[in-house]
Amino acid sequence: MAQNDCAPRGAAADRAEAPGTGHGRGRLVLVLEDEPNISEAIRFILHRDGWDVLSRGDGHDALDLIESKAPALAILDVMLPGRSGLDVLQAIRARPALAGLPVIVLTAKGHATDREIAMRSGASLYMAKPFANAELLAAVRQLVGA
Amino acid sequence: MSLNLLILAALFYVAFLFTIAWAAERRAEMARVQGRPFRLLRSPLVYTLSLSVYCTAWTFYGAVGYAARSGLEFATIYLGPTLVFVGWWWLLRKLVRVGKAHSVTSIADMISSRYGKSNALGVIVTLLAMAATTPYIALQLQSIALSFEAFAGDDSMAARQLALWVAAGLAVFTILFGTRNLDAKEQHHGVVIAIAVEAVVKLVALLAVGTFVVWGLADGPADVLTRIEAASRVEWTIQPGRWLGLTLLAGIAIATLPRMFQVLVVENADERHLAVASWAFPLYLILMSLFVLPIAVMGLELMPEGKNPDMFVLSLPLAMGREDLALLAFLGGFSAATSMVIIASIALSTMVSNHIVVPLWLRHRARGGRMQGDVRGLVLNSRRFAIGIILTLGYLYYAVSGGGAALAAIGLIAFVGMAQVLPVLIGALYWRGATRVGAAAGLVTGALVWLYALFLPSFGPDVLVPARVMAEGAFGISWLRPHALFGVGTLDPLLHALFWSLGLNATAFLAGSLLSFPGPMERLQGAQFVNAFALSQDGDATRGWMPPQSRIEPEAEDLLAMAQRIMGATEAQSFFQAEAAEQGKQGYLPDPTPAFLDKLELKLASSVGTATAHAMIAQITGGAIVSVEALMAVASETAQIMEHSAQLEAKSEELARTARQLREANELLQKLSIQKDSFLSQISHELRTPMTSIRAFSEILMDDEITGEEQTKYARIIHDESIRLTRLLDDLLDLSVLEHGQVNLDIGQANLSELIDKSITASNSVLPQRDFRILRHPADEQIALSTDTGRLTQVFINVLSNARKYCDAEAPVMRITVRRRGPKVSVDFIDNGSGIPKKSQALIFEKFWRLTDTHKAGGAGLGLAICREIMVNLGGDITYVPGQGGAAFRVTFPIVLAPARPRGDVREPAE
Repeated sequence: MAQNDCAPRGAAADRAEAPGTGHGRGRLVLVLEDEPNISEAIRFILHRDGWDVLSRGDGHDALDLIESKAPALAILDVMLPGRSGLDVLQAIRARPALAGLPVIVLTAKGHATDREIAMRSGASLYMAKPFANAELLAAVRQLVGA
Repeated sequence: MSLNLLILAALFYVAFLFTIAWAAERRAEMARVQGRPFRLLRSPLVYTLSLSVYCTAWTFYGAVGYAARSGLEFATIYLGPTLVFVGWWWLLRKLVRVGKAHSVTSIADMISSRYGKSNALGVIVTLLAMAATTPYIALQLQSIALSFEAFAGDDSMAARQLALWVAAGLAVFTILFGTRNLDAKEQHHGVVIAIAVEAVVKLVALLAVGTFVVWGLADGPADVLTRIEAASRVEWTIQPGRWLGLTLLAGIAIATLPRMFQVLVVENADERHLAVASWAFPLYLILMSLFVLPIAVMGLELMPEGKNPDMFVLSLPLAMGREDLALLAFLGGFSAATSMVIIASIALSTMVSNHIVVPLWLRHRARGGRMQGDVRGLVLNSRRFAIGIILTLGYLYYAVSGGGAALAAIGLIAFVGMAQVLPVLIGALYWRGATRVGAAAGLVTGALVWLYALFLPSFGPDVLVPARVMAEGAFGISWLRPHALFGVGTLDPLLHALFWSLGLNATAFLAGSLLSFPGPMERLQGAQFVNAFALSQDGDATRGWMPPQSRIEPEAEDLLAMAQRIMGATEAQSFFQAEAAEQGKQGYLPDPTPAFLDKLELKLASSVGTATAHAMIAQITGGAIVSVEALMAVASETAQIMEHSAQLEAKSEELARTARQLREANELLQKLSIQKDSFLSQISHELRTPMTSIRAFSEILMDDEITGEEQTKYARIIHDESIRLTRLLDDLLDLSVLEHGQVNLDIGQANLSELIDKSITASNSVLPQRDFRILRHPADEQIALSTDTGRLTQVFINVLSNARKYCDAEAPVMRITVRRRGPKVSVDFIDNGSGIPKKSQALIFEKFWRLTDTHKAGGAGLGLAICREIMVNLGGDITYVPGQGGAAFRVTFPIVLAPARPRGDVREPAE
């Protein structure tokens, strides 16, 4: 986890606002979140750490995006319009090629059962809203191994 | 007396009738709005008087002429009905019972309904009635023209022209008061009252002339009797054959003439009125006939030779210088003629529209696809049109026939024509074995014989029937001579035609019924009619609809849409709502159970006739199949068994209803428990979402140097999200206060129109770029309210804002309709979008329910839940009205809200 010594490389790192703490190294994170404000907050937090962020407000073309863009990690909100985050997660896990993709499930529902369902569906990590920015960042870094 | 004065008097009299009819309609309408019965109309007296449409101008003028020509024979015309009312009232009672139970709209509808709801039979009877009634209407027009002539003297006023004006005036009156509403069951108050008044006028007129004749011209009753004795002639000898035949004919007419059926059955408000009518109507007839012979005898004695005795009632007082009496007699005759024409044309127009126009339209629609347009308009207009046609035909008949024949002859010809319905009618009420094929055979045979042997020859030789045929028979076959069928030439033409037409009719009917096999629907209706008294009305739930199968579920919403087109939106909705409540359901859509379909059919039948109503429902439910239970009910022979099983059925239905209510209550409780959990988790979700943004951005603002631009942007997000939080908390508090009835209502006075103005302005801020057209009727909105105007406006704004957000029409239009319903007022908001999906209609008033995703909706999904609670607090409600072509919300509330109102019904325990 503690790989702070790794120097940022490449174009992506240059775009990062705080290159000194940039762990992302231009790698891509897919964020599915229907609340535009929350989505913007996550984008800001990750981008500052050197991650490229691709945001979507619903889960319709999520699988195609994952296959074509090959993100290093996905952050899914549970309550998405149309196709729920858990649906998307199950579809991801159903594909052998994507079985290893780290997925963080975010939800505003605080129940223990919700967590259980999310973990059983194959979430790598479950986080309740509201979250601490540092906590989210740490989780991303840890799961990707940055 | 000048003719102009006479015309003026007639006009005044007509204006008087208009006023009475109009006032009665108004009173009835007020009574209906206030939900109480209309006493005046529902009195046996008015019923009895309305039956006097039997006494037309023919009985008023013609009876005297008849008496002058044939002595006492005129009395048969009164004797027949008297015998039926006194001795055969049980037949009439059954007729009325069956007619009311099946919402029958005319005699054609009655026959059609009994014989398997066959429209073909309805058409046959309608055509027969048209053929038989047209000359009769002509007769009335002729009598009015003659009475004008009697006054005019040598002044050769164009009688035909006057008759034309009278026909036009009658058409206007009939259209105005006979086709105002559609439901034939509860209408024509104005007409019936006007007819009752006319009945009094004609009786008073005849009695006045009679009194003048007996005590003014002769020296009292004894003198009159001697004069009658002296005047007795050979032609006056009683002929037993004619007596018997004419009495029978008049007795038949009382039940089969379309106008008699109309007042006897269709306009009957209460079966018990028949008990009074059974002695009061014969009494009326006796009074009407009391002075006929004295007037005839005195007329023969005092009037110059060659004067038309048909007009003695009028010309005798006139000749004696009693112009006042003559005027009264004129008005009496005018009343007799107009009342017949009005009722007959209403009855005929109903038949024409229900059995000819609407079925044609239905067939056209079945080919054309979708149900379009307003059926009520179609039906009413076709009736108006039919009235015009009928009166035109009547006038043409009068103009062509030239008014030559004596009045009584035309009347009797019409009697024989309608008498053809008798065998089929008796069979309908008393013979389960009678079939549709038999009925059609009987009716057609009888009608043809009547046409050939009586009706067509009545125009005179060589007009419609060549003289050669009259003398030698058709095709030269002597036993086909119209007046001597099968070589029987000794009877007089009328009796001859009566004998052969009824005899062949009954034979064909019997033979056809015995040889054919009744279909399921015929058996079912046959049992219903024949066992009318054995079946209790409430328990009788087997009228022929199959229980819905899971595969093809008739769409209650489609049924509602159709019912609205026929019964009108208000009526249909309240009927559906009541039926849904009966089934223990909320809202406007009851389950289409067989019992419900029966009730709906009955309701529609009272507007468009049985056959049509049945066909319309069958079109939607996809099949008019008779259920096994219904056939079993027919099969079980004795009335007792049926009665018993009906009771059992009622009980088991009761049980089923209770079970259903329990099940629904249980489901509701379970739902509530789940709702409670999900309510908490939803609140949590709704609170956490804005919280997340606030926390994330405040952390960003706290621990990093960021650009000034970003700082402003993120601070704004925090600000917006905290406002969203506050609003959510406000809504939740509001809802909680409203649900627990702790709300302080701020009652103030305001005009509804202004409140709607204000609400529209306020809701314009939602998606201001959308152009939203709003249709209103400001005149209806001028209602002074006393209620919590702020809360009411809140509801209006919410509904309007929702429409702005969700109406998906390209050119969105919102229609706002205000209706007063007694002490309450309802405001409908109907847009032209695709509406709320059926499965969601029951959920929209629940908390946190949204049509689309959170962000687009921009609220927590509490708006309609709050609206509902507000309306409960205002003593009203808000409902979704399906089948309006878009999203439709109806807000109903009392115009004046009592200040310290206890909280209304507790529908659900609050969370």
